[in-house]
Amino acid sequence: MLESIDVSMIDWSRAQFALTAVYHWLFVPLTLGLAVIMALMETLYVINGNEFWKRTAKFWMKLFGINFAIGVATGLILEFQFGTNWSNYSWFVGDIFGAPLAIEGILAFFMEATFVAVMFFGWNKVGKRFHLASTWLTGLGATISAWWILVANSWMQYPVGMEFNPETMRNEMVDFMAVAFSPVAVMKFFHTVLSSWIVGASFVVGVSAWYLIRKRERELALASMKVAAAVGMFAALVTAGTGDQSAYQVAQVQPMKLAAMEGLYDGGTEEPLTVVGPVKIPSMLSFLATRDFTGYVPGINDLLGGGFKQPDGTVALSAEEKMENGRKAIAALADFRKAKEDNDESAMGIARGILDKNMPYFGYGYIDEPARLVPHVGTMFWAFRVMVGLGMYFILFFAVILFFAWKRRLSEISWLHWIALWTIPLAYIASHAGWIVAEVGRQPWTIQDMLPVNAAVSRLTTGTVQTTFFIFLVMFTVLLVAEIGIMVKAIRKGPEESR
Amino acid sequence: MDSTYIFLQHYWWFLVSLLGALLVFLLFVQGGNSLLFCLGRSEEERTMLVNSTGRKWEFTFTTLVTFGGAFFASFPLFYSTSFGGAYWLWMIILFSFVLQAVSYEFQSKLGNWLGKRTYRWFLVLNGVVGPVLLGAAVATFFTGSSFIVSKGNLTDGMMPVISQWANGWHGLDAFVNPWNLVLGLAVFFLARLLGNLYFINNIRHEELIVRCRRQLVTDAVPFLIFFLAFVVYVLVKDGFAVDAATGQIVMEPYKYLHNLLSMPCLLVLFLVGVAGVLTGLAKSVFSATYTKGIWFAGAGTVLAVLALLLTVGYNHTAYYPSTADLQSSLTIANSCSSKFTLKTMAYVSVLVPFVLAYIVYAWRAIDRRPITAEEMREEEHTY
Repeated sequence: MLESIDVSMIDWSRAQFALTAVYHWLFVPLTLGLAVIMALMETLYVINGNEFWKRTAKFWMKLFGINFAIGVATGLILEFQFGTNWSNYSWFVGDIFGAPLAIEGILAFFMEATFVAVMFFGWNKVGKRFHLASTWLTGLGATISAWWILVANSWMQYPVGMEFNPETMRNEMVDFMAVAFSPVAVMKFFHTVLSSWIVGASFVVGVSAWYLIRKRERELALASMKVAAAVGMFAALVTAGTGDQSAYQVAQVQPMKLAAMEGLYDGGTEEPLTVVGPVKIPSMLSFLATRDFTGYVPGINDLLGGGFKQPDGTVALSAEEKMENGRKAIAALADFRKAKEDNDESAMGIARGILDKNMPYFGYGYIDEPARLVPHVGTMFWAFRVMVGLGMYFILFFAVILFFAWKRRLSEISWLHWIALWTIPLAYIASHAGWIVAEVGRQPWTIQDMLPVNAAVSRLTTGTVQTTFFIFLVMFTVLLVAEIGIMVKAIRKGPEESR
Repeated sequence: MDSTYIFLQHYWWFLVSLLGALLVFLLFVQGGNSLLFCLGRSEEERTMLVNSTGRKWEFTFTTLVTFGGAFFASFPLFYSTSFGGAYWLWMIILFSFVLQAVSYEFQSKLGNWLGKRTYRWFLVLNGVVGPVLLGAAVATFFTGSSFIVSKGNLTDGMMPVISQWANGWHGLDAFVNPWNLVLGLAVFFLARLLGNLYFINNIRHEELIVRCRRQLVTDAVPFLIFFLAFVVYVLVKDGFAVDAATGQIVMEPYKYLHNLLSMPCLLVLFLVGVAGVLTGLAKSVFSATYTKGIWFAGAGTVLAVLALLLTVGYNHTAYYPSTADLQSSLTIANSCSSKFTLKTMAYVSVLVPFVLAYIVYAWRAIDRRPITAEEMREEEHTY
């Protein structure tokens, strides 16, 4: 059976998805974060009638527009790639997974597309309040879009609300609310969207700091910094809280991901949390994962070997046992189809019984060796530390900015301006590190325990996927360079009136 | 199969068809862009043309994305079979739309290292490739594609792929059948025609609009030739029918003609649609002051395309037929989502009129005053 896996084609398909997702995510967080900040600024304009806020909001909107266009461009491919490169996935779970994507289009994308046009072209065409509503609705559209795509992603991490139907050979939705409001989805939404506000806030603070370094646009820079730092501080605190909750959820629903994040091979009770190297906080990992300082946290070897007691009281199966059960489920499915063709009701019943019993392990039947069940530990370990470390840093950073803003000394502290400028790339790094933890940690599964990558791909040749991979690489890189060039020029130029 | 499920399948085919029909109308953005260098003689004129479609491109793009999402949610087997199989056909369409999406915003900005001309050529490229390839892809609904669906593969081996393309061309084989290209070209010239009509409605510039009206005739002739040729071909060809008794797919002579005759509403819809397009066209060609042609032709396009897509999906017809294995052909019954999902999504679709209402409201707010050369000079946010 092994011969039938074209490993290189699977890896190129994964690489292509990773590439396009990484590029898309370079632009989305800024869209989400900047939308809130510029909408707040325009609100100040409408409330106070102060033209200064209008000018400031318009300046950030210009940068928003540059970023928005390329975000839209890179996003198109992600949706269609589920069909083009992961066609088996699209059939196997399309009944559940397609719905949030469709709702995203109907509810969110049209809202974004409609009101972003009013926001950009409507200044002289619609009233003040309609324009302000359009600005907020653009951001709301982007945020609703994030909700539904994160519902879809959360479902891949923690599949709920569905049943396998052997008649149609796919999973079918039985509980929409369980999918749309799964606890993993709710937490992921707040963690992802609020952490995106950090990116937006860091961008505004950093660009403003650059103006202060250059001794220009002083008023705009200081005012923008205050609004952005307030948003950033709020976002950084919520991100830390939801991050803690997310890690707890991971411990419950994706223990292998947690073990890889910690580089924990042999688990136990009273597990310490590794900060870096030999620096450890006693019993902290146990507490974070189980909310009990003496709680048991399984390591990678424990998860592969099984035999430990799980939180629900049952004894964990070994990887080999799960794979065996998975193969039983797949064989029972084949028997069910055969019996159905033969119109043999009793054989169908027997096969169905075996299938239902072993269904929780269905995906393991497509795994050929236990080692495949372990995500890349080094990547996970460091990505997690980069994300958490920077998350802590942002709280401190925004606190310092707000402190000097309160002391009215923000324009004098030149070292802080340089730090603020260099915080912009850090925000992007943290945001991507978070997605690396989420997605690399899910490997080898496209849907946790249900469908591994080798059973989810389309049947294409390696050469075909390599070709599109490199087309995307070249196209997106060229567009990114163009975007950065335009963004830098627009920042250098500054707001319209100051020319 | 229970009647609610059958109704939901038809309802969702209707919604997907409606989105497809709206998408074809909104391809006026692409059609207009394909004419950028042909109509725009001066920089000022080209700026007006780009800004005219530039205030609407997001709708086309979003409709394309939503069309994909709705198709995925309601007919996932089509999504996996067509996108995963006709890989190159869809990828080329997507590449062209990716380039288009940045081209408006980037072209006139300082520091765009590819230069304004490159971005404008991206718009032209998308303006040609988008409509031709989307048209060709839709034509395969009538002509068939080469694929095999075998759900039993799921229990077979470590890479259990259900849908497979039956040749190595992965969608480029659509161009082997000239009829796919005929519909592709019909859609292309229709998009150009609609683009012209939109410019006539949206721009106030005497010389440019005179040129648009002249160009209308140039595009209308090939459109009518290709469109009528395809319609005649479809009406006389054998169609992919589902035998109601056995569920088997069989070839039926004059299947699509039969469908139109047995569903007279669709025939009326189609004829009214074609009449709408011709009315919008004729009034705009013969009157030098008439600017509302886009609404007749646009509504006509939506009705005609809707009727065609319903014809290929309803009345026991396989809407995505396979020429490699007839029994692999997709019908709305064998490729759809579960009853639960279709029903849940049907509740969500109640919001569609609300979405349409705010789109119309915002569209009118932006288009209340047509684009003029003065506005291009004075407006801050122009492309």
